[in-house]
Amino acid sequence: MIAQNIGFWIIAIVMIVAALRVVTTNNVVHAALWLVVVLAGAAAQYILLAAEFVAVTQVLVYIGAVMVLFLFGTMLTRARIGSESDLNNTYKKLGVPVAGLMFAAMVVALSGSFGKEKLPDSPKVISTQEVSDQIFGQYLLPFWALSFVLLAAVVGAIVLARKD
Amino acid sequence: MFVNQFLFLAAVLFCIGVYGVVARKNAVLMLMSIEIILNSVNINLLTFALRNGSTDGHVFALYIIAVAAAEVGVGLGLVLLVYRNKKTISVDDLSEMRG
Repeated sequence: MIAQNIGFWIIAIVMIVAALRVVTTNNVVHAALWLVVVLAGAAAQYILLAAEFVAVTQVLVYIGAVMVLFLFGTMLTRARIGSESDLNNTYKKLGVPVAGLMFAAMVVALSGSFGKEKLPDSPKVISTQEVSDQIFGQYLLPFWALSFVLLAAVVGAIVLARKD
Repeated sequence: MFVNQFLFLAAVLFCIGVYGVVARKNAVLMLMSIEIILNSVNINLLTFALRNGSTDGHVFALYIIAVAAAEVGVGLGLVLLVYRNKKTISVDDLSEMRG
């Protein structure tokens, strides 16, 4: 338990610092690379939460595919690579009270709800078989809907991005 | 490990993402902030899946990952289209609908 706790706090601090860099850096490519750190940290937290299949999917889909999309998007919409000054709104200071108020509301709600409740000490790792039994059993209809969403997204992205 | 430590981590990441959406005007950076928000929601779902000993949270997390991938694909397609037409991806310059 101690080792898992230490791992959690190290990963959590790295994730928070990287997320802050994503939203404050002046370089789009640096933001994408800091986002990789956040996503990898999230995958590590999923493993701590005994969700190995979700963690592997996170690495494959987010770090593998989504990040390539972001870098391509940056490349195709931007002539120069480097730091820029016009990435932020003029009223960006307004974001601090907005996020701060939301965080305060969540802290009030969370600290009143779970207190000292602990997660199970030796959690049962959910195997890929159990997850697939759920997806292709109880959640089959949402799975079909999701397939259509992905198909529509692929067709829509091609229609939007092609030249003519 | 407490339930709350994961929930607080997710709350912090969510608020950082919200700050990013409010503060940025570059469309690609706004999409990145949305990805941070979606990941914090996934941490919440998996925490409660472990707490309740069920697999439902895993299924929802996988669905969120799939929808996020579709959203990024369509979002970057839109960004490319906007860039081709207006030579900028600053969302402040997209004000035709103001009337």
